[in-house]
Amino acid sequence: MAEARVIPIGDGEKAKERPRKRPVTPRTPPVAAAEPAQPQLSEQDRVAAAVREILGAAGDDADLDARIAGLLAFLRRRITGDYVVDEFGFDPELTDKVLLALLRPLYQKWFRVETRGLENVPDTGGALVVANHSGTIALDSVMTQIALLDHHPNRRPLRMLGANLVFQTPVVAEFARKTGSTLACNADAERLLSRGELVGVWPEGFKGIGKPFSERYKLQRFGRGGFVSAALRTKVPIIPVSIVGAEEIFPILGNAKTLARLLGLPYFPLTLTFPWLGPLGLVPLPSKWIIEFGEPISTEAYPAAAADDPMLVFNLTDQVRETIQHTLYKLLMQRRSVFF
Amino acid sequence: MARVVLVTGVSRHLGGRLARILQDDPRVGRVIGVDTVPPRSDLGAAEFVRADIRNPIIAKVIASAEVDTVVHMSVLAQPGSTGGRTIMKEVNVIGTMQLLAACQKAPTVRKLVVKSSSTVYGASPRDPAMFTEDMEPKVLPRSGFAKDSVEVEGYVRGFARRRPDVAVTVLRFANFLGPQMDSSMSSYFQLPVVPTVLGFDPRLQFIHADDGLEVLRQTAVDSHPGTFNIAGDGVILLSQAVHRAGRPTLPLVMPVLTMVGGLVRRARVVDFSPEQLRFVSFGRGIDTTRMRTELGFEPRYTTVETFDDFVRGRHLNRTLPPALVETVEHQLTGLLTAPLGRRADG
Repeated sequence: MAEARVIPIGDGEKAKERPRKRPVTPRTPPVAAAEPAQPQLSEQDRVAAAVREILGAAGDDADLDARIAGLLAFLRRRITGDYVVDEFGFDPELTDKVLLALLRPLYQKWFRVETRGLENVPDTGGALVVANHSGTIALDSVMTQIALLDHHPNRRPLRMLGANLVFQTPVVAEFARKTGSTLACNADAERLLSRGELVGVWPEGFKGIGKPFSERYKLQRFGRGGFVSAALRTKVPIIPVSIVGAEEIFPILGNAKTLARLLGLPYFPLTLTFPWLGPLGLVPLPSKWIIEFGEPISTEAYPAAAADDPMLVFNLTDQVRETIQHTLYKLLMQRRSVFF
Repeated sequence: MARVVLVTGVSRHLGGRLARILQDDPRVGRVIGVDTVPPRSDLGAAEFVRADIRNPIIAKVIASAEVDTVVHMSVLAQPGSTGGRTIMKEVNVIGTMQLLAACQKAPTVRKLVVKSSSTVYGASPRDPAMFTEDMEPKVLPRSGFAKDSVEVEGYVRGFARRRPDVAVTVLRFANFLGPQMDSSMSSYFQLPVVPTVLGFDPRLQFIHADDGLEVLRQTAVDSHPGTFNIAGDGVILLSQAVHRAGRPTLPLVMPVLTMVGGLVRRARVVDFSPEQLRFVSFGRGIDTTRMRTELGFEPRYTTVETFDDFVRGRHLNRTLPPALVETVEHQLTGLLTAPLGRRADG
């Protein structure tokens, strides 16, 4: 059996990057964690052994000890409310150790996401990540978040900007704030950027994720260019990001407009499998993804009043949009097939 | 700077304490407290005048005592003891109008400090994460205390236009909490089971009663015209707060909560007005940069510390004390991490 995957919980680093053998206080040579043959084992110890086996039969004892202690400490902090969220409601620990941990298999095994150009994302300071939006549900934003947190050398958390609808929908609203999203408005974007955060924006919005399969990889209108003025005001670079693969996860063949209007949704997708197969229709197709981070577009040279110059803002918006569109075409040419 | 200070709403906790604090301040000559009911606690050397600010008697008090500073603190957050929303609204809105009318006619008045509230920003899913003083609410509050506060601030702005010689300070406080103080949030967190809105976990901010009083004292004694957001540092999530108080939560879908809210409100246990329900769904954050830079005020308690002090003061930690959780953690850690074979051998 391959080694069991454990949701890493505890101190800041990820388990897989952590050296297997941790320097710990010397102990007596570790006895294999699960040795059912021990005759003297009490009931308690048998339970303990079983728990240890579930948590990770592989890995040496000291490592496992640290993980168990970390997990219990995490649970204690959650039960007693002993953690810190920032003013936007972002809970970095919950995001990294629980919510994203649940989605990492999707990133690694299902979509086999390949990242390119991560060196274009600065190690520190504010920057605005602008990407194409697709895939019926906004999995592309979460995958970009995982890419930056797990594969950027500085493990940068991505703070995403979401639509009104996100913040008025129960459950979605709660987890959106906890995973670092905030409302897509200039006040919040500028506040995050001037704090030196990495901000992610998907300017196509619902027009992008809800477009029919026939229009895949055709960029929609890029909002009103609000993201460009936010970058100009805070003088941070804009990083165009092109995501290939997300278009094919839930191909939208039709849109039940009346039903969407009844439910108050921007669209109600009819895909190959949804809603025909019920919950099974929620399983995304395992397309192969590429996320390419393009060269940053600097905004430093522009004067302070540039954000109030609509022509300049439109031109920059177009430049970003064109860059992403061309990169998408280039990546599609290189792609051998949708699934490999 | 302030010779004669008039404080409205002195029969309530904060008003009474502010009257005492101001009386002890060497720069204040005389403190006159006004309220409709006699104060519950001792006002010390401060004088008490039983007057209803809803009628013109207040003008006589201001004129005869030659009041130069007015601290308006009688905007009620909940109907509570006054007896219903109608009276509450009257005290808040008509009372403020009468008080401001009296101030406008009094040439001695030089300064007005108004205890307002961050509820003027409303609560909606379209809100920015942090409201600065210059931002408008995305959705105007339509009822209750929040609407009253918006109207009170409107009248205060009108007054400031008509009497440009008066320094007007408007303090928009986050929710007050204090070990001895009753507020809408304190009764909420003291419920045996705390009802929350399913699928929402709002950001809350608190201001400690001690810090709030210090700002009020400072603005009453010195001159700081302008509008200021006042809150402790940082935010706390509702779920986090309830966990820190060691209480169980009861997440309910909005329609059920609205119904329960109506029942609870009729029993006058806790404020579950539609406005309050919006607040516990969407929360609110206010930016306090101006409080720091222009007012030069640093709260002693952060939002989380304010909440902890409230929990300690009220002895709330009963259902699930953190000490117990920690003990369980240690026992489990010991049980699961000790090398099993060795322990079994020895």
